[in-house]
Amino acid sequence: MSMPPAAGVGFKPQHFDAAMRSTSDALWLEVHPENYMAEGGPQLAMLDALARRFPLSLHGVSLSLAAAALPDAAQLQRLRRLIDRVEPVLVSEHMAWSSWAGRYVPDLLPFPRTHEALAHLVRNVVHTQDRLGRRISLENPSHYLVLEGHEWSETDFLGELVRRSGCGLLLDVNNVYVSTHNLGEDPLVYLDDFPLHAVTEIHLAGHAVDDTGATLLIDSHDAPVADAVWSLYHHLLSRGCVRPTLIERDGDVPSFATLLAERERAHTLLLSEGMAA
Amino acid sequence: MNGLAGFQGDFADALDGDATAFAPARQPAFAIYRNTAMRACLDALEANFPAVVCLVGREWFRAAAAIHVTQSPPRDPRLTTYGEAFAEFLVAFPPASELPYLVDVARLDRLWVESLVAADANVLAATTVASLGADALGALTLRVHPAVRPFASSLPAVSIWQASRAGMAVGEDLIWRTECAVVTRVDNEVCVTPVEASALRFLEAIAESSSLADAAFSTLDRYPDARIDLLLASLLEAGAFAT
Repeated sequence: MSMPPAAGVGFKPQHFDAAMRSTSDALWLEVHPENYMAEGGPQLAMLDALARRFPLSLHGVSLSLAAAALPDAAQLQRLRRLIDRVEPVLVSEHMAWSSWAGRYVPDLLPFPRTHEALAHLVRNVVHTQDRLGRRISLENPSHYLVLEGHEWSETDFLGELVRRSGCGLLLDVNNVYVSTHNLGEDPLVYLDDFPLHAVTEIHLAGHAVDDTGATLLIDSHDAPVADAVWSLYHHLLSRGCVRPTLIERDGDVPSFATLLAERERAHTLLLSEGMAA
Repeated sequence: MNGLAGFQGDFADALDGDATAFAPARQPAFAIYRNTAMRACLDALEANFPAVVCLVGREWFRAAAAIHVTQSPPRDPRLTTYGEAFAEFLVAFPPASELPYLVDVARLDRLWVESLVAADANVLAATTVASLGADALGALTLRVHPAVRPFASSLPAVSIWQASRAGMAVGEDLIWRTECAVVTRVDNEVCVTPVEASALRFLEAIAESSSLADAAFSTLDRYPDARIDLLLASLLEAGAFAT
């Protein structure tokens, strides 16, 4: 199922009542499926209620697809059950790893983009799509470290991943801004090299300046979308990348109305670009 | 080990503090990964043990929890239920011994989380059972609701837990005695209902027995003065059984 280009927001449980009362045009919501992988209970009931009212996107953080090992079978099964239950319009994950030797590290960890890493990632994405019975999209990561040993540029790596696995891409514009800033690269060059044809969803979020006094930016999702990120979004739209767009907010979460105001800005841009296209 | 697996192993070791052998960990930015992962674990534990946080304060809690995270890092990505070993950690954590009830309060916080995410089932209404005659009642097989968790403490941990969850100080009238409770989930809300120790024995017997009469006899063996009708009523009222 594909989705018309509308803007959505990351859902927080404290916004449930406000969301259910919302009359915003074509609003959709995104959740982390891990928070709803319960046998039963109120969280799952809440997700059921949201699914009856809104198109949903499941944005996973834990499959560890860029690991040398296959994703955890039990976790894949839980995700499959959730997909069957709420029938999301979008399912996405990250180009990162988070599991090692049976241990789960709650972060999105980097890796050198080698031919070997690509082979593992392709195998894991194909396996996941097979188990879930659907295509998924992978999100470009935020970078903080300078790693040695890359054999691919990130955009070429993602393009080859798409070609070999058939997956889609989730283009996180804030991650592009944060990563290129931290690695001393040009975000416009990155976007121009990005395989835009495979993009199924766009993320917009806020970032923070690292408090250790370094010049690093952190993908913290605890602030409104920065002006520089809006500029990159305009650039994408002008290049015809008019896709469902999410306002992500995970920290210092404001009222639902405040999030919706940010969402309206993206939605209005999408509609005007959609009509111009 | 070389390649991607080797990189992952070195990265994971460096997250644990062994940063000398792994060149990327010598960059200041490596701290971002260490901090993010630890913060996510601490946030999860703080969310899952609110009564403990209330009793010891946020700073003490996060300092203790950080040691626990290092000893028992998450193995399951569902951080909404992380902390299965936290109460046991507190048993062996010397600074916690100043608050002898803390471990039991942590256990009750944990049972609350387990009840929250347990499978759905309709709660058996007390009226359904009340309409049965004595013979039918005795032959009845009751199914314990999947979200039910029994809780027993040799201390007044239920009263302390209740006050802490409400963000209040424990009342002056607290009696230093054994307390029990049954954790249930009714209308998707987790409830902690104080009950007598005999009610927990009855609940356990019901889960093991093929009939209510057997469960009653087994309970009376241990608690000869128990009023089975009252115990049943209290468990039904708490929503302990499923249809």
